[in-house]
Parts: sequence; C-alpha cells; structure tokens
Amino acid sequence: MISRKEVEHVARLARLHFDDEELARLQGELSQIIDYVQQLAELDLSGLQPTSHAVALKNVFRPDVPVQGLTQDEAMSNGPDVERGQFVVPRIG
Amino acid sequence: MSPHRLDVLDLTAHRCRELLEAGDVSATELARLYLHRIAAVDGAVQAYLLVDEEGALAKAAAVDAKPRGERLPWEGVPIGLKDIFCVKGMETTCGSRILKGYHPPYDATIIGKLRAAGLVFLGKLNMDEFAMGSSTENSAFQTTHNPWDLERVPGGSSGGSAACVAAAEAPWALGTDTGGSIRQPASLCGVVGLKPTYGAVSRYGLVAFASSLDQIGPLTRDVKDAAALLDIIAGRDPRDSTSIGLPEPVGTPSRTDLEGLRFGVIKEFIGEACEPGVREVFDSAVEMISSLGGVCEEVSLPSVEQGIAAYYLIAPSEASSNLARFDGVRYGHRASGADDLYEMYTRTRSEGFGPEVKRRIMIGTYALSAGYYDAYYAQAQRTRTLIIRDFAGAFDRFDFLVSPTSPSVAFKIGEKTADPLAMYLSDLCTIPVNLAGLPGISVPAGFSQGLPVGLQIIGPHFSEKGMLGAAHALEQRLALPLVPPLAEVAR
Amino acid sequence: MTLIKEGWEAVIGLEIHVQLNTRTKMFCGCELSFGDPPNTHVCPVCLGHPGVLPVTNEKAVEYATRIALALGCRIADYTIFHRKNYFYPDLPKAYQISQYDLPLGIGGHLDVELEDGSNLRVGITRVHMEEDAGKLVHSGGASGRIDGADYSLVDFNRGGTPLVEIVSEPDISTPDQARAFLTQLRSLVQTLEVSDVNMEEGSLRCDANVSVRRPGAALGTKTELKNMNSFRFLHHGLESEIERQLEALESGERIVQETIHFDPASGLVSSLRSKEEAHDYRYFPEPDLTPIELDDAYVERVRQSLPELPAARKERLVAEYSLPPKDAGSLSANKPLGDYFEALAAATGDARMSANWVMGDLSGYLNAAGLEVTASAVSAEALAELLRLVSEGTLSGKMAKEVLEAMIDTGKPAGDIVAEKGMGQISDAGELDAIVARIVAANPGPAEEFRQGRDRVLGFFVGQVMKETKGQANPQLVNELLRKHLGGAG
Repeated sequence: MISRKEVEHVARLARLHFDDEELARLQGELSQIIDYVQQLAELDLSGLQPTSHAVALKNVFRPDVPVQGLTQDEAMSNGPDVERGQFVVPRIG
Repeated sequence: MSPHRLDVLDLTAHRCRELLEAGDVSATELARLYLHRIAAVDGAVQAYLLVDEEGALAKAAAVDAKPRGERLPWEGVPIGLKDIFCVKGMETTCGSRILKGYHPPYDATIIGKLRAAGLVFLGKLNMDEFAMGSSTENSAFQTTHNPWDLERVPGGSSGGSAACVAAAEAPWALGTDTGGSIRQPASLCGVVGLKPTYGAVSRYGLVAFASSLDQIGPLTRDVKDAAALLDIIAGRDPRDSTSIGLPEPVGTPSRTDLEGLRFGVIKEFIGEACEPGVREVFDSAVEMISSLGGVCEEVSLPSVEQGIAAYYLIAPSEASSNLARFDGVRYGHRASGADDLYEMYTRTRSEGFGPEVKRRIMIGTYALSAGYYDAYYAQAQRTRTLIIRDFAGAFDRFDFLVSPTSPSVAFKIGEKTADPLAMYLSDLCTIPVNLAGLPGISVPAGFSQGLPVGLQIIGPHFSEKGMLGAAHALEQRLALPLVPPLAEVAR
Repeated sequence: MTLIKEGWEAVIGLEIHVQLNTRTKMFCGCELSFGDPPNTHVCPVCLGHPGVLPVTNEKAVEYATRIALALGCRIADYTIFHRKNYFYPDLPKAYQISQYDLPLGIGGHLDVELEDGSNLRVGITRVHMEEDAGKLVHSGGASGRIDGADYSLVDFNRGGTPLVEIVSEPDISTPDQARAFLTQLRSLVQTLEVSDVNMEEGSLRCDANVSVRRPGAALGTKTELKNMNSFRFLHHGLESEIERQLEALESGERIVQETIHFDPASGLVSSLRSKEEAHDYRYFPEPDLTPIELDDAYVERVRQSLPELPAARKERLVAEYSLPPKDAGSLSANKPLGDYFEALAAATGDARMSANWVMGDLSGYLNAAGLEVTASAVSAEALAELLRLVSEGTLSGKMAKEVLEAMIDTGKPAGDIVAEKGMGQISDAGELDAIVARIVAANPGPAEEFRQGRDRVLGFFVGQVMKETKGQANPQLVNELLRKHLGGAG
C-alpha cells in the first residue's frame, strides 16, 4: 500500500498536480499496480545481471565532425514564449 | 482501367504499385481514391487525426510529373502514419494535448526514407496518448472504432493505423510496438502487424515511450506488403545508437509450405486468460500449420508470466524520464498565467497529459525513486534477463514460437477503462516479445463471434525473412476474407 | 592533516568540471560556440525535441581518457552513461546524460607541490563524462541574479557541450592547498590540450565539499560550496565557509547538509534555500546509448599520445638545463611557456639568461597585456636575437628592456630597432678609451679625490662618460678604463 504522502511526493518529483479526489483514486490505483509488480521483488534473481539492452551493442560513436543544425528561427518556431532569440520562463525563485 | 472501377477494398500496396507501373492509374487518381474513401468512412471509424489532402495531392502530382520509367518502385503509393512520427512541418501530437500545435522542425529517419521512396503521405493516425494503452481510448482527441464492429475498440496503441488499413483508408500504414501496440490492434482489426527485431528500424524521430522496447513496424493487408514496407524502413542509422538494421533485405516472401519447420506453442499464452473462441481459432491455425508440414509442440516459458510485471516497471520508468521534456519551455502546450516556474511546469503537465499517461509517469517515477530502484527497476531488468534466456532456450528446439496474439477479441469501447490493471493484463502474449527484443508478427487466423482473431509468430533475433516466409505460407493457405462489413458513412 | 585553527581541521574535497574543446557537442553534431547570438548552435537533439536520440562523440571519449590517464586513473573495462533526472529550464530533456556508478576512470591521484616545497598527494576518486546545460539569464531583478528576477531567458548554445567531471578525495585541508591543487590540475589539463581550462570563461569550474572536525573525530557534515569562478574566489569562498562552520559549531549549532552559495561581491557565503526539496535524481542506465568498452590497445594508444606532463617536464628542465627547481616549476606549469623557454634556450645557448627573461620581462609584458604566450608579439626567435645582442655586449640589460618594448609595439626585429635608434652599445675599447682619457683629464680634482681613496667618486666619472656617450657605453668596459686612467687605490 502506498501512502498518501508518498503519492504527493512522487507527484512533486514528476511536476504533476492532482486534486484530493484524484490523489485518492491514484493512491488506490498505484497501490494495486505496485502490489501486482511486487511479485518480482520476491524472486531470487541475485545471480542475474540486469538487461538494459535486449540486443547487445557496444562502442557506437560519431566522429567529431559538425552537422548542420537549426537556424535561430527554426529553433524558436515552436516556442510558447520567446524573446530576443531566447526562450522565456517565469521566475525561478 | 478507369479509376472509378477500382475498389479500395481490392487493393494492397503491391497492387497499387502494379497499377501505377502499368499506367492503369495515376498517383493523383490513387490518392483521390483513398481521400474519397477516408471522407466516406472515417466519420465512423475515426482513424485519422489529420488528413493532409493538399500535401498528398501535391506529392502525387510530383510523382505523376515523372515519366513512369524513371520512377522508383514504390513512388506514388499512399501510406498512413501513426501520429507518433516527427514529420517536418506537419502537426505531430502523439494523441496528446500537450503536443497540440507542435510542428517538428525535422523528419524522423524513417519518414525521410518514405519520402525518398516516393510514398504519398495521406495523414496522421490516431493512437493512445504517447502510445500508452491497448485500445486507443486514451487518445486526447477521439476514439477510433473497430471497422468490424463500430462499438468496439480497434486495440492500441496503434489503433488508428490498424483500423485505417482494415477499413481500406490506406493500402498500408506504420505503427509502433512497445508491448504489443502493432500486433494486438492488428489482431483485433484483422490485418497483418509486424514488430521487427529491436534495432532493425531506426527510432530517430519516433517520439519515445520506452526507449529499450519501442520499435516501428508495418500494418498491412497481407504479409507480402509487410515484407516490402519493412525493407523500405529498416536499416542502421548513425543518428540512432541502438539501431543495427537487418542482415539482408527480407525480399518478397514466397514460401508455400512449412515443411521442416518446428513451431513451439507457448503454453503460458493459451491458459485460462485466453477466451474460448480465441482458443478455438488458434487451435485450428495450429492444425493448419501441421497440415502444411510444420511440426508443432507445446513449450513452456515459465518466466513470461512475470513479463507483465517487469514491463509495467521498465516501460513506465523509461517513459517517466522520456516525457519529462514536455515542460512547456521550448514547444507544445504551456499553462498560462503561472506565477513561477514550478507552477508553470506542474500546471502545463497536469493540463496537457491524460490520466493514463499521468498514471504511468507516477509509477515510473516511484519505481526509480530513491530507495526503490533496486527492488523494482533493477529487479525488472533482471527478470528481463530471465525471459531472454527462456526464449533462447526455446529457440534451441524450435524455429518459431506461436500463440494467440491477444487473449480476447475486440472488447467494447469503455469496457476496460475503469480497471487499468485489467487493461494491462490483455498484453500478456505480446509483452515478453518486446522485453526480449524479438521480432513478432500477427496474421489474421480466423473469427470468433464475427470478430478477427490473430495468430502470433515469434522468431529469434533478425529472423524476419524466415518468419515472414512462414507467415506468408500460412496466410495463403488460410485465405481469409478480410473485408469488414463497413457501411459508408459520410464524415 | 593541517590544522585550520586551534583544535580544528578542515576536510575539503573538490569537484571540478572541465569543458572540452572538441569541435562538436557531446551527443550531437552542433559546433561549440563562443559568444554567438543565442540559439544559433542548436539542433533538435540538443534542444530536447520529441523523438531525438544522442550519439556519443568519439573525440570527447578520447579526451576524457587522456585526462583520466594523466591523473593516473584506471580506465574501466566497461563504462556506461546514466540519466540524471531533474527539472530546470537549462536542461532541455529534463535529464542530463552523465555517468553514475560505472564511470570512465577511477582511482588516480595528483601530487601537489605546496608553497613550502612539500608534496601533498590528493587522491582522484573518479573521472567521468557528461553534457553541459544551457545558459540562463535572469531578467528584471537587481543584480542579474535569480532572487528578485521577474523571468529568465534560456540560450541552448552551450547545452550539450562535453564536460569531464573530476572528483577529488577529501585529502585537502586548507584553502591554500585547494588553490594549489586546482592550479596544478589546471596546468596538467592544459598540457593535454583538451580544454581551454579558463575559469573566467567557464571552461574550468570548481565546487567544493567542505566540513570541519576535531582531529581524530568522525567526519563532520559537509556542505556543497558553489559559484567560485576564479582561483581567488575559490580561496575566499573556502575561507568564508570554514569560518561559518567553525562559528556555528562553536556556538553549539549543527551543520546542515546543504548547498552554500558564494557571493563574490560581498565575499560571504549563504545557504541556497529554495522551496524545492533535495533532488532525487532517479539515476538509471541511459537506454539510448551503448556501453563503452575500451580495450587495452585503445588505452595504450591514448597513453602513448600523452604529451610530457608538467611534473615530468619540471624534472627534465632541472636535469637538462640546470635550472633551480622553483624556476623549472614555473616554466613547466604552462606548456606553451615551457615550449617558448626551450626554443629560446636552444636559440641562445644560455638557459639561465633565457629563463630569467621568460619569467621576468616576457611574463611581465604578457600579464600586463592579458595575453597567453602563444599570442606574444615577440616570438622566441625574435627574443633570441635580442638576447644575443646583450650577450655580445652590444646592448646593456637596461637598453635591451627598452628595445623589447619597442619590439612589442612595432613588431620589428631587435636589430632593426637598435640600428634605427642608434642604440648600439659602445664596446669599442679604443673609442671608449679616448673618451675616458679626455674626461679624466678634464676633471683633475675628482681624479685626485679618487686616488686619495674616495671610491664613490668613480660614480661621478661613470656618469660623465655615460652623458658623453648618451648612455650607450658598455658599463663594464667604462669601469675598467676609468680605473686604468685614474690609477691609484680603489
């Protein structure tokens, strides 16, 4: 069972806001899902390495050669709020 | 042949190509044919989020301007695209409000390949938001309806792509598959759906859901088309470090029997969860395989039962990180009137994401957070190792593995939305294939309650050529009628 | 451990970020930019657009390996990237691709020569690769700082630039030691030619972890000290933070683990309290990148390609040129300066004189003009010509300094300047002899005083000769000739 406090903490980490009703529902759903996936925690897999990539590759690099990028206009084109070629964000403090 | 005697229901991509090459139809006429079809039925099916009539006709005109002898093989053949691919200058939403109005400043690698091959883009197809879902009910904009029964879901997340092809609103389409999102809707809509080996197709420009699981693949009316579209899109891409390409083109499948091939029937996928009707169709298909000379035997992959649990830790974890970039700063939706940055971030994301996406972001953030990483995420990745081993062991004894693609036929719209976990469990047969990075294809195998049932064939890494050959042989033998009884309804 | 104060010792570990000078960014093909208009060196990848993927810059890996090897680290057989997840406007993907528990290099050290000549071995815990964030400018507030700003502007030109992070063991005990460590680390990295390592420009950054304790006691709570962007500020910041902690502890308070901000204007440190909680970075392996497995052959190749490091060069300068260790140290701290010295020494054949001029007048000019030796208006060959004129006796040391100034101003060779200004020192014994004889003869009084034993009168005669020759007489020769003509005691 996940506590309400934990749900609130995770929501903050994820920058998501939920009202009280949603939080309660989410608490239930997450608890149910976590209880389900909990079955994995009980397996003894200590001898196994975790797999990050199903198809193993290594040492994939690119050469240090410039590639054409975007113009300033293109870069700003989807910006919700731009000023003098930069993206505007509300005060951080 | 006069175009108005052409019936889209008779057309595959190969047929379109033949007609274009013979000069029986022009690219413009072909495009108009499909645009007309979309106008006639998409009001009911709701497969398309965006139809680019102007762009399609412009491209078709450009193709027509070229003498036939100078055209590339697939030039002028129309295609539908899941709205998860970045197409430069074309709105790309991933079925989400947070990307409404987003126009990518670049083309996905596969989009570049389609353009170079001369295909005509009809438009963008509906999907579960950010590919999270198994019914396309999680789209922020509209629900797609299964052409076989408009009150039922087409499956997901590539529901728009599957429904589009089933309803002949395009000769073929591209979708993506992270836990079954090509194969399951293909099964529910009675079309062919192929998920290639992880790394066969470049992911550059595919909006990421779960980076280690996502793959792009074709949804088509027959196996031959799937093979051809795979050859167009596959290939190593220097912009995708995880891409390898295929060892060789798969070419045109031509196999007519299954002599000498050994098929393992995955025991865990034909258990209680499987609907009796589906089981019946599957059993018949297995008999068909035998009659074609294939040897079928049951095989157990015990670890696949933990597959869903592992998937619902790994996928949301990666997704929670992949979707963090949607913060309102550089593109997409931004909440207005926020006092400070924290408020802007939080309101933007809360307004822009739907409930399922939020749910998965929460699960993923939780699983990765301090204190839980080892018990959840790392443990799920160890489970993955176990699953890979089980499959490898099975492929020592068998050439291919088979199962029903989905434990059920298409369910009614709204039937499973109240219970997220129930929805997740319907991906039982497809998820382990993604965890292991294996190729898998769903081919229509029959009907239950008048609804399509798909057979899944799974192969070892990079066995697409053989797998498509086997699928082709079976498909030809089954010779199923694949036209949904869809009445024409004006949009 | 050195005591920082009666009964207390400080424990300092440094976290250094070096910005590499590759041509392109860490994970995309955008060129690195310097002072260009905002968002003009960007692409979908470094802007964090949906669907993009990173690809590792092979040169950045090579440069990071050079740094790790130069610091004596072991290069990992298997190293991977991790995602470090947090939200901030200068971080477009909302995660930084970095390295976590499988970094590129581990377990090295840097031997630091301290002021008193002793050696301090500072362990290097790890060396790893990561990408830089974009640049934030805060608008509307008083000082351009975050506090009081109405809004902020983001420029992603810098975002994605390759960084190498170097973490030291907490083996440093004083601000002086910290400064020495950073200076010598900078010198080492500069020799490798993988970075401009300029603190003011941001290609070298340093944060510190600071705690204090009673000798022998367990480690105290450490704070993270940030925003020290010069050597002086590093020193100052450490002093201030140590003082703050000592004051707090001595008045019974406890140290809170937090981030401390150094304010260069006031010299004070303050806590960066924000409403955000401590970061939970949720590290997990980067699924979009492959592991890096550098084999022995690769590592050896990089090791062979390493230039002579400062410590080794210093030893060699002492041995080959018989320089005093302190001088050798100064000349080997900066590779281009050392190269200049050796070229000059080869051209003049006089190491001592070359060393003096390089460390003296040349460095003086470079420092005043704010130039690196590579931008010197006077090349080693040109300076060699000047020094030859001094050795030959054509110029006095004093005159040579004047000529050097003219060389810097005009760019002309020494010979030309001397000829133009008629500055050739008069060393013709015959010519001088005649002048000296005349002056002695013209001043019988002072000449007699000298003979009586008043040595100081010689200065008067030297002055007269110099006046006559417009200061161009060879002083040594003048001295000899005067004594000859004056005779007597002395």
